[in-house]
Amino acid sequence: MKAMLAAFAAIVVIAAGANLGLKHAGFSSGERQAAPSVRLD
Amino acid sequence: MRRPALLIAFLAGLTLLGPAARIHAQAVSPPEDPPVTAAEGGQTLDDILARQRGEGGARPLRDIAAPAAGGTPPGAGPLGTLGPVSDSGQWDRFRHGTEKVTVSAGGDTAKIVIQDGGMWWQKTRVATAPWGGYLLLAMIVLLAVFYLLRGRIRLSHGPAGITIARFSALERFAHWLLAGSFILLGLTGLYSLFARQMLLSPPGTANTEAAILARQGGAPAETLLAYTKWIHNNVAWAFILGLILVFVFWVAHNIPNRTDLVWFAKGGGLVGKSHPPAKKFNAGQKIIFWAVILLGGSVAASGLSLLFPFDLPLFGKTFAVLNQLGAPGWIGLDPLPEQLAPQEEMQFAQLWHAIVSFVLMAIIIAHIYIGTVGMEGAWDAMGSGEVDLNWAKEHHSLWVEEVEAKSSAGSTQATPAE
Repeated sequence: MKAMLAAFAAIVVIAAGANLGLKHAGFSSGERQAAPSVRLD
Repeated sequence: MRRPALLIAFLAGLTLLGPAARIHAQAVSPPEDPPVTAAEGGQTLDDILARQRGEGGARPLRDIAAPAAGGTPPGAGPLGTLGPVSDSGQWDRFRHGTEKVTVSAGGDTAKIVIQDGGMWWQKTRVATAPWGGYLLLAMIVLLAVFYLLRGRIRLSHGPAGITIARFSALERFAHWLLAGSFILLGLTGLYSLFARQMLLSPPGTANTEAAILARQGGAPAETLLAYTKWIHNNVAWAFILGLILVFVFWVAHNIPNRTDLVWFAKGGGLVGKSHPPAKKFNAGQKIIFWAVILLGGSVAASGLSLLFPFDLPLFGKTFAVLNQLGAPGWIGLDPLPEQLAPQEEMQFAQLWHAIVSFVLMAIIIAHIYIGTVGMEGAWDAMGSGEVDLNWAKEHHSLWVEEVEAKSSAGSTQATPAE
């Protein structure tokens, strides 16, 4: 059962990490759709 | 006498001025547009009513706006209703993609003001979504009937009391990473697909102003949907990692071989009492494995396309390859469209993502059944990783022989020569 619980914990860590990573990588909708003349924040 | 005379003169003046005033009014009113007949490409009231009923589709482009150089289109005079350009003609050109559009941001995607081709997607999505739900319910009913008829598959000779290691901790970690993320993705996906219809606008609920304001204030259903989207988008990475790990760990054990034919011939042991021989994975498990890898991989690919909108188009290129192979013709279809609008790419990705997910969910429900209530001793394989020796001999006899042969070979090697 330890492997199962460790996997579930990993899911939480990966999800939180993915969220932070994508934010910092500039993949938010606002950043993708913005342009010098259009600010979306 | 002067007063009646003045009154008569005033009335006479009014009588004379009246026609002149009417003439003046007619002079300043805009000229009436000549009605465009159906024969000239115009639309009739019947056309409009038919479109509102969803019949007939989009009407063809009718460029009624382009004013001749120096000319004035109907209704475009100083007091005309249309201004310098015909509204209907301009919206027609937006709809047919012939209007030149410049945008400050958003690229080619933002240049499409009206995406008429999206109507079939919206209709297909609404029409097919319930069938996905029916598929899952049908699988649950089928398994319930199977359980009532066959009951739990028990150990023929009872437990041996001795266990054998079936899966390592790393293998079980990969399995649960994939399984846990898939269940989360399945539940949040179902919620995203159905909650919009069922919770935001339950059948029979009026779309009142109060209801709309409640939504804007963050009613519970919307709040839950926002969390759902966060979970679905971010847990997807755990699913992809689990998929890769499971593939690497188990692909060698899932190559089809002749043993699988024997397994199928004996109904996999699900029907009757005999247990066909099998290695580490029997033919049924191999089907599950390849379904998870192929369908799961396809869901992951279309999911990535949706996660990075417009950046990872998949379907235009896929359709081109299929057309080159002549695949549509195999089932009597015309060649598939290869030039897709950015929005159409997303629409195909959404439909594919949902349809393949439903098929995979139905398969996984059967997998969960057989791994839990359906078969005695099966849970231990992924629970502790240790299975009862009798269970292993009944369901994976060839694998037990392999393990025992390796074990005895190992112990022989370990025994010092005398």
